[in-house]
Amino acid sequence: MKMKTSKAVALTVVGILLSIYILFPFVLVVINSFKTQAAIVQNPISAAGASFKQFATNLSSVINNKNFVFWHAFGSSAVVTVISLVLLAVFGGMAAWVICRNKTKWSTAIYMVFISSMIIPFQVVMLPLIATFREVGKFVGLGMNGTLPGLIFAYCGFGGAMTVFILTGFIKGIPYELEEAAAIDGCSPEGTFFRIIFPLLKPTIVTVTILNGMWIWNDYLLPSILLGQSNPNKTLPVAVQAFVGSFVKSWDLILTAALLAMIPMILVFLLAQKHIMDGMVQGAIK
Amino acid sequence: MNEINSGKKILSLVLLIAGVVLMIAALWMDFTKTYLVINLGSTKLAFRGMFLVLGALFVLAGLYYIPTVLHHRAIINFIFLFPLLFTFAVTVIIPMFVGFFYSFTDWNGVSFSRMVGFENYAAMFKEPAFIWSLLLTILFVVVNMILVNLVAFLLALLCTTKLKGVGFFRAAYFLPNLIGGIVLGYIWQFIFSNVLTTILNSPYSALANTNTAFMAIIVVYIWQYAGYIMLIYVNGLATVPKDVLEAAQIDGANEIKTLFQIKIPMIAATFTICTFLTLTSAFKQFDVNLALTNGVGTVRNFMGSRLSNGTQMIALNIYNTAFARDQYGYAQAKAILFFIILACVSLIQVRISNKREVEM
Repeated sequence: MKMKTSKAVALTVVGILLSIYILFPFVLVVINSFKTQAAIVQNPISAAGASFKQFATNLSSVINNKNFVFWHAFGSSAVVTVISLVLLAVFGGMAAWVICRNKTKWSTAIYMVFISSMIIPFQVVMLPLIATFREVGKFVGLGMNGTLPGLIFAYCGFGGAMTVFILTGFIKGIPYELEEAAAIDGCSPEGTFFRIIFPLLKPTIVTVTILNGMWIWNDYLLPSILLGQSNPNKTLPVAVQAFVGSFVKSWDLILTAALLAMIPMILVFLLAQKHIMDGMVQGAIK
Repeated sequence: MNEINSGKKILSLVLLIAGVVLMIAALWMDFTKTYLVINLGSTKLAFRGMFLVLGALFVLAGLYYIPTVLHHRAIINFIFLFPLLFTFAVTVIIPMFVGFFYSFTDWNGVSFSRMVGFENYAAMFKEPAFIWSLLLTILFVVVNMILVNLVAFLLALLCTTKLKGVGFFRAAYFLPNLIGGIVLGYIWQFIFSNVLTTILNSPYSALANTNTAFMAIIVVYIWQYAGYIMLIYVNGLATVPKDVLEAAQIDGANEIKTLFQIKIPMIAATFTICTFLTLTSAFKQFDVNLALTNGVGTVRNFMGSRLSNGTQMIALNIYNTAFARDQYGYAQAKAILFFIILACVSLIQVRISNKREVEM
């Protein structure tokens, strides 16, 4: 299947043009965060007026802004994402294993509830969620609304269904003989899971973690209603929203803030590009 | 062996008793309103919540150490399922039922004074702004289902050729999908209101007019989502067996014929997945809508009234009904309707696609 050279050249040109179109907004963000507001308004496309000194000025005014508080927001996002992902992987693996290896009425019912809940849009549970969290928090005596543990708790609840769904599909393919052999050798059920099944789950855990991670890191609605715009522990997307709300048209600062919010994700992508792209596809196909 | 067992027995008993005592103490404090609080200067340490959580953990640990061979597996199953089921119940199941109930009341977010029956549901269909949002969402979904899939499929065809740099193209096209809708929305707001006006040398931003603003949302959505759908198509196209393609070539099929008569029918399942994904995600579109236009836009005459929410889609409409207008019960009723529509549409879509896959 050799292609004619002229055709290959034409297709390559199309591909490059499309890449330019798709990457253009990112380039604009980078260029303009090196400029002053006046220079941006004058000509947003050219690099005229861009300097590292201006970038440093923009950067420091964004990072020290009291509505944005970049490092704090970054820390909150990182803590929430990492802890939620670890808990989802461990708890999800445990639940999926139990559901998969016990073919009783109960486990099938639980599995069906998990699957059917995946179609529920967030808007349906959004408002009663605040009320439920408030009541549960009052009853238990722990703050659930407005705290990071409450947010992590919510992510475990919302991410659980998809995690269990994907992991169950994988555990089904692990031969049961492995577990029987372990049991004969005197391994307890919990030991069987943590020593044999969980290590085997690793590739699927990576997929699940990527899917959940992209969702949790970029999620705006859940943290914005659970934490609130003025919460000191707000996550990055909420911080960007709060920051832009306070500066109506200061594009120099807004674009610098956008750049700061994008960099972590792009760095992760550059490091684990293949894993992320494969993970997104695997998650969708299952 | 016996010694270990008796040790385990005592440990399990102690843990179970401690757990139950702690939980009862916490509940007792809850009902009698005696809050054990220790003042530590500026921060107060409340023990009630800690007691309850510690109690629950102790009970679970006690269950784990019960020295039984017969029921050990069942206990482990319970402990393994408990964390996820508990969070799932509190965040999804309970709010789902509570929300269904609240949609029949005049709930204001904190309390409700009376049941209103189907009043909330009836009111929706008399509110022009809501009908507009609903119709706009449906239009958005239909347009995007076609355009995103078309663009993504063409990109996938480009990315499965044997060009140099295909890997780079894939990564570049996928990149926008990594960034959250809020940040993207603001970047594109800048592009539409500053960059494009400079390039086209026009004083008007596309976002200032309702029609063009709606198209702007579509453009941004395709830009963000097509790369992801493309990856799924690329994956699907890679599953088409090489020998089939070679056989077609030998039989003299040209590229277009190969595409329509072999490749597309063979990846019908991929089309089902992609339409389902675009359908559900376009229906739930919120972040870009909020950041790009915030739903603003004038509609001069719709059902006899002037609207100011020309680009507001249903998810944003529900959000604003609750948080800007404080009509929580009403917003909840809208959300239930939204859920019913989404569930019906996705079921129909899956049905139709499955049927067609069989026919092919």
